[in-house]
Amino acid sequence: MIEVDSLTKQYGAVRAVDQISFRVDKGEILGFLGPNGAGKTTTMRILTGFLPATSGTARVGGYDVFEKSLEVRKRIGYLPENPPIYPEMSVESYLDAVARLKQVPSERRKGRVDSAMEMARITEKRKELIKRLSRGYKQRVGLAQALVHDPEVIILDEPTVGLDPKQIIEVRNLIKSLAGNHTIILSTHILPEVSMTCDRVVIIHQGRIVANMPVDEGAQGKGGQVVVVELKPGAGGAQAARSLLERITGVRRVKLESPDGTGRIQARVECEPGRDLRSRVAGELVGQGHELLELRAARVSLEEIFLQVTAQEPQGAAATEAPATTEAQP
Amino acid sequence: MKGTYAVFRKEMSQYFVSPIAYVAAGVFLFLAGMFFQGILAEATEYSIRAAMQASQFGTPFQIDVPGEVMRGFFGVTGTILLFIIPMLTMGTYAEERRRGTMELLMTSPITDLDIVMGKYLAGLALFLIMLLPTMIQMVILFESSDPVPPWRLLVCGYLGITLLGGSLLAVGQFLSSLTESQIVASILTFATFLMLWVIDFVLRGGAGSVTGAVGQYLSILRHLNDFIRGVVDSSNLIYYASLIVLGLFLTMRSLDSMRWRRA
Repeated sequence: MIEVDSLTKQYGAVRAVDQISFRVDKGEILGFLGPNGAGKTTTMRILTGFLPATSGTARVGGYDVFEKSLEVRKRIGYLPENPPIYPEMSVESYLDAVARLKQVPSERRKGRVDSAMEMARITEKRKELIKRLSRGYKQRVGLAQALVHDPEVIILDEPTVGLDPKQIIEVRNLIKSLAGNHTIILSTHILPEVSMTCDRVVIIHQGRIVANMPVDEGAQGKGGQVVVVELKPGAGGAQAARSLLERITGVRRVKLESPDGTGRIQARVECEPGRDLRSRVAGELVGQGHELLELRAARVSLEEIFLQVTAQEPQGAAATEAPATTEAQP
Repeated sequence: MKGTYAVFRKEMSQYFVSPIAYVAAGVFLFLAGMFFQGILAEATEYSIRAAMQASQFGTPFQIDVPGEVMRGFFGVTGTILLFIIPMLTMGTYAEERRRGTMELLMTSPITDLDIVMGKYLAGLALFLIMLLPTMIQMVILFESSDPVPPWRLLVCGYLGITLLGGSLLAVGQFLSSLTESQIVASILTFATFLMLWVIDFVLRGGAGSVTGAVGQYLSILRHLNDFIRGVVDSSNLIYYASLIVLGLFLTMRSLDSMRWRRA
């Protein structure tokens, strides 16, 4: 449904988005995870036809976002970070105006406005002026606005920012209920949001994609365990230890690192999902005369990758400052 | 076309819930009414004096009171517009940019031309609605004049005012698209209109000088004078039409640069 191919966006000297590629299948919910200023908003704005890319291509429903911008825009519902509302209008007249802008045919307009209000659960506020609504309701009006033309693709930029916990849960449930019929991209800098709502996650940092995987692979429980062992290899050295570990059933891959010159090596043993191989690993290593110094289980989880990414934040902050300010602008 | 209408409707429904439109229209009608009354009083007084003189000296009495009133009224209305139109245009794009709703418009399946034309036509419609009540004064004038003044004066006067207003709207909306602040937009617009008003004074130069001629041609109220006298001159039509087209064209460019340059 959405294909992005080596998309790049340059703001002056700053690369807000650098050669990113990913695809989203029909009915999928893709989470766009990354710290502020990572390039999420820029990517979304390119997809919605608001900004042109510097290079690379993006297609929505087979249409190029630049060449066939109007076709793409018909198919996209977009909620920017700040809901694009007209505070002095009533909810209903606002949604009617948006439906007209989105070229909903007049005979379907009333029905679409009603069902968008129902989906966003704002029907009881239909006559109220938007400026009198709370932050949470304004956000829902923004959501209804993105749904009013029944788009195939829905793009939501930080849809839960500024909401209270109860509202966050409601919005997440709403998003989940939209999946299947709609293809959804949502951006967030909150990790649990992705694990709770999305099928697939793209982690983006400093304009680059650092991870792209199905959420259940990365999430706890279903994800494969990683056993991290530190050892002093015995006879046969590191290679013997490696092949020993690789022979254990359930091991997918072994990565060796020798961090310093002391002869110690660190092995990351990636296991198939659903297995706990810690005691086997320990037993085999010790049985073959390797000296086991440390053993712990880790997971290739979203969390791990995300933490790695955000840990670099202090140095990264300076470099991403320019795109961050661009993102902040409405 | 449907896109233009969608933007037009959105703008109109916003005008009617925003105080700015009512305040601007109210102030305009108040000022126009005041000036009409003043002009009428002066013309009456003058004509009475002239009639007295005429009877004293036996010269023929030749004062076209309704014509004088109309000319005075349209002239003054043109000047008032220089101060009222910025109020109508300052928010057109600036406010959308500030609120982030420009993003909604620019990601809707409508063209930039739809946005620009929809907003322009809505501004023009509001302007004409605002102008409509001044017809009351005209009705009174026509009712109480004998013989009825030439219709030509009335039609040309309103045509001139409409063209002037249309030009100011196009320029003002463009200036509004340059900033996110309504205040900045209104200051820019006032300054620009003032410049267009007094440019013949600024660039006066000697008789027959080129700068003087340019200044006179650029001066926005000078082109109203022929209309007020009941003359439709193509040079005036071209002047106003060019301003409108230029304003709309620049607004299109400004929207385009919003996409390319920044957020």
